[in-house]
Amino acid sequence: MMRRIIFLLAALVAPAAWAAGGGALPYSFEPDLSNKSSMQRGAKLYMNYCAGCHSLQYLRYSRMAEDLDIPEEVVEANLRFTGEKIQNHLTGVMPEASASWFGKQPPDLTLVTRWHKNGPSWVYSFLRTFYVDESTANGTNNLVLENTAMPHVLWPLQGYQALDEDHGESSGGHGGHGPAAPAFTQVREGSMSEQEYAQAVGDLVNFLTYAGEPARLHRAGLGIKVIAFLLIFALIAYLLKREYWRDVH
Amino acid sequence: MSEQGVDVGKRRFLTGATAVAGGVGAAFVAVPFIKSWQPSARARAAGAPVEVNVSELAPGAKLSVTWRGKPVVIIHRTDEMIASLSEISDNLRDPDSSNPQQPSYCQNPERAIKPKYLVMLSLCTHLGCIPDYNASPEAQPLLKAPGFFCACHGSAYDIAGRVYKGVPAPLNMPIPPYRYVADDIILVGEDPTGNGGGTA
Amino acid sequence: MANKFMTWIDDRFPATKLWNEHIAEYYAPKNFNFWYFFGSLALLVLVNQLLTGIWLTMFYKPSAAEAFASVEYIMRDVEWGWLIRYMHSTGASAFFIVVYMHMFRALLYGSYQKPRELIWIFGCLIFLALMAEAFMGYVLPWGNMSYWGAQVIISLFGAIPVVGEGITTWIKGDFIIADATLNRFFALHVVAIPFALVGLVIAHIMALHHVGSNNPDGVEIKAKKDEKGIPLDGIPFHPYYTVKDIFGTAVFLILFAAVIFFAPTFGGYFIEPPNFTPADPLATPEHIAPVWYYTPYYAILRAVTVDFIISAKLWGVILFASSVLILFFLPWLDRSPVRSIRYKGWIFKGMLTAFVVAFLLLGYLGTQPPGGWRTLASQIGTFVYFAFFLGMPFYSKLDKTKPVPERVTE
Repeated sequence: MMRRIIFLLAALVAPAAWAAGGGALPYSFEPDLSNKSSMQRGAKLYMNYCAGCHSLQYLRYSRMAEDLDIPEEVVEANLRFTGEKIQNHLTGVMPEASASWFGKQPPDLTLVTRWHKNGPSWVYSFLRTFYVDESTANGTNNLVLENTAMPHVLWPLQGYQALDEDHGESSGGHGGHGPAAPAFTQVREGSMSEQEYAQAVGDLVNFLTYAGEPARLHRAGLGIKVIAFLLIFALIAYLLKREYWRDVH
Repeated sequence: MSEQGVDVGKRRFLTGATAVAGGVGAAFVAVPFIKSWQPSARARAAGAPVEVNVSELAPGAKLSVTWRGKPVVIIHRTDEMIASLSEISDNLRDPDSSNPQQPSYCQNPERAIKPKYLVMLSLCTHLGCIPDYNASPEAQPLLKAPGFFCACHGSAYDIAGRVYKGVPAPLNMPIPPYRYVADDIILVGEDPTGNGGGTA
Repeated sequence: MANKFMTWIDDRFPATKLWNEHIAEYYAPKNFNFWYFFGSLALLVLVNQLLTGIWLTMFYKPSAAEAFASVEYIMRDVEWGWLIRYMHSTGASAFFIVVYMHMFRALLYGSYQKPRELIWIFGCLIFLALMAEAFMGYVLPWGNMSYWGAQVIISLFGAIPVVGEGITTWIKGDFIIADATLNRFFALHVVAIPFALVGLVIAHIMALHHVGSNNPDGVEIKAKKDEKGIPLDGIPFHPYYTVKDIFGTAVFLILFAAVIFFAPTFGGYFIEPPNFTPADPLATPEHIAPVWYYTPYYAILRAVTVDFIISAKLWGVILFASSVLILFFLPWLDRSPVRSIRYKGWIFKGMLTAFVVAFLLLGYLGTQPPGGWRTLASQIGTFVYFAFFLGMPFYSKLDKTKPVPERVTE
C-alpha cells in the first residue's frame, strides 16, 4: 500500500516537472525570492527603466516597501514628485500617452511572469535578446517576441548587439519560441558587462516574479511547517488505526 | 474479531492524541478564515492618514476632510472662540474631557495640539449624525457660544466639541489621532509619535 | 448528566438513531483496501470547496468589469486570501482526482451491479453536476482562458440542428460571452449546483447505507450473519473505518498541502497561464486547452473530423455527450455473473486495461493541439472508450469467470 502511495506521488509530480522543462526559450531562469537585495535592485531598475510606460496596477508601493525591506522614506522620496500616496498602486506615469508612441498600449506587468508558460524564463530571455534590426520602426527586434513594439529600453546598460549571420533570423517567427543558444556580437558597448547585465535582468525578473505573486515570498516556508505538522498527525493517526485494527486482523 | 487483550489505556491515549492534534490542526485552519475578515489592504489604504494644509484656512472658517470614511472637521478658531471655552464650562457634561474621547495629548481645555486649530470627528455621540458648525451662536438658542448643533435630535456642543448638559448626546465628540508634519500641515490619523490610528 | 441530555435530545430528534444507523452500527466489509479511501476523501474535498467557496464569495465581484481585479484583490489585499483561493482552485482538481479514483474503484469491483444500481446512478449525477460546477467556476476569474473556454463549451450547443444558435444566445444572455453570462454562472456556481451536489451526495450515501457496501471480493456480506444478525465479515464503521479514514485524510492532506504551497498552478495544469490575463473577446489564447479533468472528453469531442450524414461538429458533440451519459447504463451493460475483477476472466481484465490506457491517452491528447498522429490516436482512443461499454453485454457474458468464495478473503 505504501508503494502505491509513493507511485501516486510520483505520478502527481511528474507532469509538473515535465511542464517546467518544456518550451524552447533561449535562456532559462529560476527566480529566487529569498534574495531580497536582488529584488530591491530589480525594483530600482523597474522604477528607472520600466515604470515610465508600464504599470504594476495590482501592487501597492507600501506592500512592496514592507515585503522587500525598502525603507518607506526611500519610497516616499520617489513619490514626492508625482504626489502619490504610499498606499497607491504602481500605476504608470503616462501609459495612455505612450500608447500613441508605440502604436499599442504597453501592457500592465503585474502578472507578466505568470501569463507565460515558464514566465520568469520568458521575461529573462526577452530582455536579453534584443538585437539590432534596421527593418523595424525602432531599429531593434527581439528573439523571443518577434517584431515587438517595445524598444530596447535597457540599451544604456546592455548596449546594442547584432544577431550573428549564420544564426539567421528565427524562421517563421512563432511568437514566443526563439531558437536555443543564440549568438550575438556586441556592436555598441553599454555601461555593463555581459555578466553584469545578465545579473541585472535577473534582479528585474526576481522583482517581477515577486510582483506577480507577493504571497510567494512566504508560501513555501509556511508549506514546510504545514506538512511537518501533517506528518506528525499522520503518524499519530496511523498508530491509532493500527491499534484498533488489531481487533480485525 | 476478539475483545481479548485490548489495551484500553493505549487506545484512550491514542484517541486523545489524535483528537488533540486534529483540534490543533482545525484551529490553525480556522485562522486564515477568521483573519480574512480584517480590513483588507484596500480598506487600510483608504483609511490611511490624510494630510491637510491649513495655511489658507481663514479664522472662523471650517474645512472638511474624510479619514477612514468618517467626516473630520478642522476649524480655525478665533481668539474669542478660544476664550469662550472657559466661560461656558458650567453648561457642559464633561468640561474636563475626562472620558477618553480624545488622545491623551488632546486632553486639555482646547482639546487640541495647537489651540488655534480644532481637529475633530464630526459625529454626534447620540446617534451618529453630523452636527452643523455654528460660528455665531445666535441661530441656535441652545448654544451659549460658537459651537455645533445636531439637527437630528437637538444635541449641542461647544467649539471644542464638548457636549452641553440637557441634550440627548452623552459624550464629547471624538478627536482623532493627528499630528503636525509642518507648521500648517496636519496629518490626520497618526499620533505625534508616528503610530497609526487609535480607536477613534 | 450527558446521558440525560442525550435522552432529552433523542426524545425530540433521532440523533443516536442516526449515529448508529450510519456510523456506529453500520457494518462495512472488513476487507476494504486502498481504493476505498476515496469516498470519504471526496466528502472532505466537498467540504473544503464549500467552505473556501463561501469565503471567496465574500471578496469576489461577479461582474465583467471587476471580476479579474477582485481575484487579484483576494490574492494580495485580503489577509490570507491567497491561501483560501489556492485551497479552492487546488480543491477543484483534487475533487476530480478523487472522484475518478472512486469511479475506477466501482469498475474494478463491480460496485454498480445489482442491487447498487441507484448508488451508481446518483454517483453519475454527482459527476455530471461536478463537471458543470467546475466549468462555471472556471469562468469566474474572468481570465482569458476562462473566457475562451466558456466560448468553446457554449458553442457546443450550437451544433444542435435548428435551435442550436438560439440556445447558445440564451445561455450567454448576450451575443457574446459577457457580463450577463458571468453573473448567471456565478449564481449557478455558488447557489444552484452546490445545492444539487449536496442533495445528490446525501442520496448517494443513503442508498449505500440501505444496501450496504460492496468490497474487493464482490461478496455480499449480508448473506452470512451471526446469531445477533451482524454480518460475519462486517465491522462497525466506527471506530474501524473512522480511524482508517482519518489516516487516509492525513496522507491526502499532505499531498494537497504540497500542491497548495509548492505548486499551486501545478505547472499550468491547475491554473492555466493565459488565465493571468483578463478576458479579451478579441484575442484567443494561442492554444485553448480545457483544464486537465475535462481533457479526455475534449479529445473525444475533437476526434471526429469528417462529415458523415451529419456534420463532424455534431458527431463530436453527440459522442462527447454519449461518452458521459453511457456511464449511467453501466449496471445493465455488465452481464457478468461476478462483481469483482478478482473473479472475472482475462477478457474483462484486458478490456478494462485498454479502457484505462485509452482514457489516459485521451486525457493527454486533450491537452495537446490536434493534428497528425494525434487525431488518429484520439479516434482510436474514442473507439476503445466506447468499445469498453458497448461491447460489455457481449464480452462480459463470454468471459470465463472464477468461482466466488462465500466469505471475503484477507
